[in-house]
Amino acid sequence: MTLDHTKCEAAVRRALDRVTDPELDEPVTDLRFIERLTVGHDGSVSIGFRLPTYWCAANFAFLMADDMRREVGELPWVRKVQVTLGEHMYADKINHGLEHGLSFQATFGDEASAELDDLRRTFLVKAFQRRQESLLRHLTTLGYKPATIVSMTLPQLQALPIGPEGGPLRQRYVDRREVCAGPDTTLAFVDTHCSPLSADTLLAYLQALGRVTINAEFNGALCRGLLAARFNEDGEPSLYDFARMAPGKAV
Amino acid sequence: MYRTKSGEEIFIIDGHTHNWNAAKDNIKNIHGQQFIDCFYGYHTVLSPKDQVWPKEKFDHYGTEQMYQDLFVDGPDDMAILQCTYLTDFYKNGFNTIEQNAEMKNRAPDRIILNGAFDPRDGEAGLDALEAMAAKYKIKGVKLYTAEWRGDSRGYKLTDPWAYRYLEKAQKLGIKNIHVHKGPTIIPLDRDAFDVADIDHVATDFQGLNFIVEHCGLPRLDDFCWIAVQETNVYGGLAVALPFIHARRDYFTNVISELLFWLGEDKLLFGSDYGIWTPRWLVEQFMAFELPDEVKQAKGVDLTLQAKKKILGLNAARLYDIDVDAQKQKIAASSSEKVAA
Repeated sequence: MTLDHTKCEAAVRRALDRVTDPELDEPVTDLRFIERLTVGHDGSVSIGFRLPTYWCAANFAFLMADDMRREVGELPWVRKVQVTLGEHMYADKINHGLEHGLSFQATFGDEASAELDDLRRTFLVKAFQRRQESLLRHLTTLGYKPATIVSMTLPQLQALPIGPEGGPLRQRYVDRREVCAGPDTTLAFVDTHCSPLSADTLLAYLQALGRVTINAEFNGALCRGLLAARFNEDGEPSLYDFARMAPGKAV
Repeated sequence: MYRTKSGEEIFIIDGHTHNWNAAKDNIKNIHGQQFIDCFYGYHTVLSPKDQVWPKEKFDHYGTEQMYQDLFVDGPDDMAILQCTYLTDFYKNGFNTIEQNAEMKNRAPDRIILNGAFDPRDGEAGLDALEAMAAKYKIKGVKLYTAEWRGDSRGYKLTDPWAYRYLEKAQKLGIKNIHVHKGPTIIPLDRDAFDVADIDHVATDFQGLNFIVEHCGLPRLDDFCWIAVQETNVYGGLAVALPFIHARRDYFTNVISELLFWLGEDKLLFGSDYGIWTPRWLVEQFMAFELPDEVKQAKGVDLTLQAKKKILGLNAARLYDIDVDAQKQKIAASSSEKVAA
């Protein structure tokens, strides 16, 4: 079998588009973390990635690398995936762990206090909250009443006319809805405990979600800027890095 | 001193400044290099373009430059000078009290010299703290809970040894505990910057004030929850404030949340000099107004009175500074210098 290089690379890129930075909830590709990508004739894929600072949390780095390996590994023609982290305080350790298929705990031993699954879960919930907030705010702006919103089912949400801006927001939310919504609920919107929302307290609920967004935005703004500053990519970091992170805007 | 357009004087205490040395000959290893590079990243990313320094200056600016940037070109009346030892990264430390004492000698009426301790230093560290308190008459310390020490990648304020140090500090009259709870320079997992330990110690040490530097960002939500429950927890605006330039909407969000949860009596201005210089920060902060819709939605306002408190009066209260008397002292010592 011969592989079409261009097509294969594009397929790998699409797979990497599905890998997000857990805290920023944005694809590692958009964040420009992917530094190098090579596809071999034998179906091997080698990915080099980098992070905004030498100090970025090792568990996040490991998590992203693990997700990259998983997503790319699912492509039918891929035989082997090698993921390498560059210029990081734990680069050697992480690369060793990745190379040998070790868990995060096994890679770091006593230095690690929690396995990645808990961490993955924590940040999936935060992503759920942020995506839900963006969509709820959009629906509110369009004039949908709290009572309508909280009682809406998922199919109703899917069919709702919400304009060109709303489409991507809805898709992003639906992609993460199952993080908190159990299989038995048909409601479009539930809280992190899978309980229905209340029309009376929807505004306060949104404000509370807003603080989760504030945190992520802080990281997003800094990470983009620091990455550009560190690798001096665009000559110097510019407002472009910040403007891309306009609040509530779908990525 | 900052003067409003109507001529009103605003007394400024810069609550978070450094006089560091990251010159090449003081850097011990790659971590020390990467640490200052990361700081420089912050500097370039959030400063207005015309305020960006060359890297060499940023590595080691020295006492005279600091005096100039804070008190001559800048509006600061006083500054709290913090220590950050990082002796695992820098040969003679990054920012030690001895180094800072140079600045104190240069401007005795303007500098509030703070110390530091690390509970992992055990008994010997307790003695050192006592000696530091006696020599420098400190009223505050800066703690860096994520500092590396040998194999350790940080500590918690709730560790038994940390309690012994806090008890000691209280006894020595060191009542202001500045704790770095902020972004990046992160150890293996983020626990060392987790703000939850503040909750415990603030309850157990009612005689101490805990100033959470950088407001726990990016964990603002966690921090707000804790701060609202504890009367002795304050928020330091260093790192949050520079967003006022590059990301105004974001800053609006953060400051309105802080005003809502903590209130104007619990927030302290800090430039985090040399990462940023105070002049543009204070100018932009004074010119900043909360948009009407935010005022209404959150029920808060950033009035002139609130700005005065944040820029100086709150810190003056924590450090027992009589603002009027201090103004006279500073004026007197400045005119002496001119006369000499």
